[in-house]
Amino acid sequence: MSKQRVIVVGGGLAGLAATMKVAELGMSVLLISFLPVKRSHSVCAQGGINGAVNIKGEGDSPEIHFYDTVKGGDFLANQPLCKDMCHQAPYIINLMDRLGVNFNRTPEGNLDFRRFGGTLYHRTAFAGATTGQQLLYALDEQVRHYEVQGLVEKMELHEYLGAVLNNEGRCVGAVINSLRTGEIITVKGDAVILATGGPGLVYGRSTNSTVCTGTAVTSAYLQGAKYGNGEFIQIHPSAIPGRDKLRLMSESARGEGGRVWVPRKAGDSRKAKDIPDKERFYFLEERYPLYGNLVPRDVGAREIYDICVNEGLGVKGEMKVYLDLTHHTQEFLDRRLGGILETYEKFTGVDPRNEPMEIFPAVHYSMGGIWTDYTPTVDGLIDYQSPSNQMTNIKGLYAAGEADYQYHGGNRLGANSLLSCIYTGLMMSPGVINYVNNLPETAEDIPQKTFDDTCRQWQEKFSNIKKMNGSENPYSLHRELAEQMITNVLIVRQNNKLETTLDKINEFESRWKNIACLDTSDWSNPVPSFINQLWNMIHLSKVITKGALMRDEFRGSHYKPEFDLEQPDDFQPDTYVEFEKQKANGGLNESAFDKQHLAYMKRYAANNEKWLKTTIAEYKNGTTGLEGGPEISFEDVDTSLISPRPRKYN
Amino acid sequence: MLDTLTFKIKRQNNAESSPYWENFVIQYIPNSNVISCLMDIQTNPVNSKGEKVAPVVWQSNCLEEVCGSCTMVINGKVHQACSALIDKLEKPIILEPMSKFPVIRDLIVDRSRMFDALKKVQAWVSADGYHDLGPGDSQSQSVQEVAYKLSECMTCGCCVEACPQYTKDNNFLGAAAINQARLFNIHQKGNDITEQRLDTLMQEGGISDCGNAQNCVEVCPKSIPLTESIAEIGRQVSGKLWRNIFKA
Repeated sequence: MSKQRVIVVGGGLAGLAATMKVAELGMSVLLISFLPVKRSHSVCAQGGINGAVNIKGEGDSPEIHFYDTVKGGDFLANQPLCKDMCHQAPYIINLMDRLGVNFNRTPEGNLDFRRFGGTLYHRTAFAGATTGQQLLYALDEQVRHYEVQGLVEKMELHEYLGAVLNNEGRCVGAVINSLRTGEIITVKGDAVILATGGPGLVYGRSTNSTVCTGTAVTSAYLQGAKYGNGEFIQIHPSAIPGRDKLRLMSESARGEGGRVWVPRKAGDSRKAKDIPDKERFYFLEERYPLYGNLVPRDVGAREIYDICVNEGLGVKGEMKVYLDLTHHTQEFLDRRLGGILETYEKFTGVDPRNEPMEIFPAVHYSMGGIWTDYTPTVDGLIDYQSPSNQMTNIKGLYAAGEADYQYHGGNRLGANSLLSCIYTGLMMSPGVINYVNNLPETAEDIPQKTFDDTCRQWQEKFSNIKKMNGSENPYSLHRELAEQMITNVLIVRQNNKLETTLDKINEFESRWKNIACLDTSDWSNPVPSFINQLWNMIHLSKVITKGALMRDEFRGSHYKPEFDLEQPDDFQPDTYVEFEKQKANGGLNESAFDKQHLAYMKRYAANNEKWLKTTIAEYKNGTTGLEGGPEISFEDVDTSLISPRPRKYN
Repeated sequence: MLDTLTFKIKRQNNAESSPYWENFVIQYIPNSNVISCLMDIQTNPVNSKGEKVAPVVWQSNCLEEVCGSCTMVINGKVHQACSALIDKLEKPIILEPMSKFPVIRDLIVDRSRMFDALKKVQAWVSADGYHDLGPGDSQSQSVQEVAYKLSECMTCGCCVEACPQYTKDNNFLGAAAINQARLFNIHQKGNDITEQRLDTLMQEGGISDCGNAQNCVEVCPKSIPLTESIAEIGRQVSGKLWRNIFKA
């Protein structure tokens, strides 16, 4: 066995998929996780995983899945990656089935599929309404098997603090903090994969788990890794309000026929069940006859915002709408949605089988993440042997899963996240191993001093945090940061508000220095770690907010009403394809197009020219006055396979 | 309407030190659960005597009862803290760490014994590889429904906390691990090593340690039919014993 090894940080789907694949290929893995890996945030994913297996005979194919994904993301995703992912999807579902995931079945015993948002096909394989949990468990079991065989070593209850870089800036290990002993040490690895998930806690309460602070990816950004598309934060249309967390109500509730409505009369005080059908406004069905309740999430969240804020039709005058499943039989609901309906009942005390649920939009997923690379083949797919796949601009530091930015563009389709996590973990592994095998020297050969110096810096940093004795409470400061982000950097964005938010965040950064460390003990003390996480959340919120401020357009989840191109109601996207074709052939016949359509298409083309680009944030000292902040630049997107065109879902 | 809530929390600084009780009085806020109250205490860690103390520590993650992290003993009953709604609990609310595992600090315990048990019962499917090997076997809806229920176990520890046979000083594998053995013995590929799983379950700490108290199934937050799983594994072990006798 080689003495080289790969460090994987994060035990969710992406981290476990990479761990088992690297181990399968014969290389040792050190797996570092904040929690026992079986408790990772992937368990929260409910509805399913996409793959065009076409078991329903609808004529679905990976190419259509690819198109839906790219269109859903408003053309901001690099296309070869999306294409390869969608082509691998059916095999990934088969693999997970072989590994023991208890997917729902058809009467004949085949895998069953349901509908999800942003597509017209039954493409989503599911295991009840706990698909993420079931997929995670299957990977956890495989990794446990490798652990028994000695190829995988786990360090659970350890937090990643930063990368160890050698004198050439190459990543040769990681600094980790034991959440039990408070000891900070370095571990050596020839490549480090960050699979640490999303940053929901920047917004305080979200559908994310409590570990989702984004601190590991922010640490990479602060060390020089580029961060891509930070401003693209997905707001899920349906969540259940809660004081500690906004619990997800899966899109599968709508995939199985759930209907979203509000009373037609503002402030109607009657109980939902007492409101007759004709006095209900099924606004998604009326406004989007083709996709109905299954419009993509960015569209759904904006419509709910519009109904509640602009139209004033929210349930009981609040930011809430009904999600209604009561037309289904109890048996149907229990078989296909049991888990999520139990969750709703458990946390609200109301049985959604009898009463419509009350739901509202909540922060759910970050399409943005650390910038990573890839190598396409001539067919527009991915060369799996390339060491560049999923590598950040820091050599030897990789990212996968929600931590990276590559797969979902401006808006992610439901049930594509479980796919992208497993896909990246598996896809990148041969390239990571090639990278490690071709290194001039192993991490073991690097002078010990490199590790000791980095370790000492972090030990000092934490010992300084423990000495903090100011007047600010770290948890209260976090709530204030979250409040700013929720108020100003959510569904609807306005430049003046984004500017004041940036000022506010800079103010939080100053106030951070006046924090009191509420607990200074060494043993099992989460406070110093949280104070460090809060520093990172402050910096990540700058990336998100500044990216939003700079991007003067409306794309995917990033909505600035001021820059809405106002698509004419009767416009068809195919018209734009024709428009582009004529332009490319050098003979645009303007008179062949409707005047309004033509004007819109010109606006759309000009906007793409300027904004169809990846936002890149790089940490620069002193750029925003204080310690430092993001410098924003833009990078071209690979749209070589499907030409960009306006989205339309009605 | 309540104005305040009192929490009596059993605290412990580390594995070696002695436990002690500390009370906290916090403002009552509608729609709270135990976690949101612990968050309030964390933000303002002042006990009922008005003394500033170290914040109470606990483990949690998903907060929607699918990760199993925040299991603790609430008013004498083992439960996830996230789904323990304040309006449904008797007051004052008493929080204790689980008693069957070593306490790390306050409400955090070390449940690694449960994960070790999953290694012992070899709770996995042995795969030929992770490349494209075509679709898996077909499975009937009725088998899927049984297996799916068993696979919802989140290794939270409620079943073993409630079990009189599972103690700190024995090596009983517990209901959760036995249930996993049943799950993989059902699977068309996982059952290749059924015999090895049964060997483990025939040894000390295996199926014969179950005293049939049936507490496990009562407290399982996912309503997994644990006693059925134990009975099924019991039958499989008896079958193997008989086969061994006839072989001999």
